[in-house]
Amino acid sequence: MAARYDRAITVFSPDGHLFQVEYAQEAVKKGSTAVGVRGKNIVALGVEKKSVAKLQDDRTVRKICVLDDNVFMAFPCLISRSGLTADARIVINRARVECQSHRLTVEDPVTIEYITRFISSLKQKYTQSNGRRPFGISALIMGFDFDGTPRLYQTDPSGTYHAWKANAIGRSAKTVREFLEKNYKEEDVESDSGTIKLGVRALLEVVQSGGKNIELAIMKRDEPLKILSAEEIEAVVSDIEKEKEESEKKKKS
Amino acid sequence: MALLDVSGFGAHSDLRLFGAAPKHFLDPQNHFTFSVKRQEFAVPVGVDPSAFLRSCSREGGVSIDLNHGTTTLAFKFRHGVIVAVDSRASSGSYIASKDVNKVIEINPYLLGTMSGCAADCQYWERLLAKECRLYKLRNKERISVSAASKLLSNMMCGYRGMGLSMGSMICGWDKKGPGLYYVDENGTRLSGRMFSTGCGNSYAYGVMDSGYREDLTVEEAYELGRRAIAHATHRDAYSGGVINMYHMQEDGWIKVCQEDVSELIHKYRKGMF
Repeated sequence: MAARYDRAITVFSPDGHLFQVEYAQEAVKKGSTAVGVRGKNIVALGVEKKSVAKLQDDRTVRKICVLDDNVFMAFPCLISRSGLTADARIVINRARVECQSHRLTVEDPVTIEYITRFISSLKQKYTQSNGRRPFGISALIMGFDFDGTPRLYQTDPSGTYHAWKANAIGRSAKTVREFLEKNYKEEDVESDSGTIKLGVRALLEVVQSGGKNIELAIMKRDEPLKILSAEEIEAVVSDIEKEKEESEKKKKS
Repeated sequence: MALLDVSGFGAHSDLRLFGAAPKHFLDPQNHFTFSVKRQEFAVPVGVDPSAFLRSCSREGGVSIDLNHGTTTLAFKFRHGVIVAVDSRASSGSYIASKDVNKVIEINPYLLGTMSGCAADCQYWERLLAKECRLYKLRNKERISVSAASKLLSNMMCGYRGMGLSMGSMICGWDKKGPGLYYVDENGTRLSGRMFSTGCGNSYAYGVMDSGYREDLTVEEAYELGRRAIAHATHRDAYSGGVINMYHMQEDGWIKVCQEDVSELIHKYRKGMF
């Protein structure tokens, strides 16, 4: 049955599915994991860094992109497959232009909700025109509005968006989300380090071989984006492991 | 394209139709373009409104001068913004109406004044009011004064040189405090503490400048606005009628008064007559 209704994007199946959009969501599930946590004064975004080929310069593999001074986004992407990182590049370019256009017309930086709505509308347009395919990316968009409120939004290939306190996308997103649901506590994310630790712990659930394969970006209110260095990430990971050992010792005794 | 060049078709037609970016991705509903990219009125190719207008003005032999016949003023002070306008509509030396409303109440926190061509002002400011309302519905918060004035000035820029005549002040109170912007038909947009527009503006400036202090009380500010318009209407033939005064406060504007200028002038100039 599905075979007859999945060739064209603009055709509904009899039970109400747009198969091309759902296939796009499947493509997203194959990408590397990204986790976002919204704290009280900080937003943290962690991405799984897939191991690069020996001769590849890993600085060119950037999955966390700045859209404007106050907003940035991450998307799970496949390095080996073609098409999806490229999709993200197009979306990011349009979003960057829209951020500046908004600054020019309205004389204020975009709110995170505005730019998320713009990206989602762009994605939705591509699900409703013939000859085009949907963008194969989900994105986590985070940052601060100009009144200082931190925000985290997630978009998907169908063009819907939702606000989250913490979320994950990409490979094993379900596992990570369940971990976050169990372990997200309001008191933890009041502090900057608590938010970062929660993000790293969530990512460690699915990333093999620990801190080396994690890329972490944080943004504090009124400060530009900061990408943590490998040493800083190692420090957080060792903190987490210490806490784990201590809690296990307590359980035993 | 070679065929276009050979046939001479390319020189006259609107080449933007050919090979342009797919227009259905360019957001025709203006949701994200704030009415900037799509013009309200299509201007046909080949028509040059500015050349036509030049032929109608004094240099061209005919004498249709478009003056901003009115007096409006607005100034910021410690307790908000005062907006005062006259109410005469003139076409040439004929007084078309003595009680025109030259202030458009865009929303409870935003006012726009009108001077110049009545039709232009009313149309474009009502369009601005529509955009402000749409902004509020889409973004769940009121538009800022700087954004509203920017929208109006962008609309004017789109028709620059085509004979629009509009001098307007956008006043409001938003998150950044009281706001006052002057926008005119050239696309000029200025933020300031005190503006006066219309052909009676020099008289109004004289009175306002001599009486203005930042720490005026509310009653003193009302009196200053009243005097400035009254004296301007006294000397300027194209201003008159009643004074409509508004006070923009933190929780919205209030309409202060609507007073006939002739009675006011008799009150002020007791010694003169």
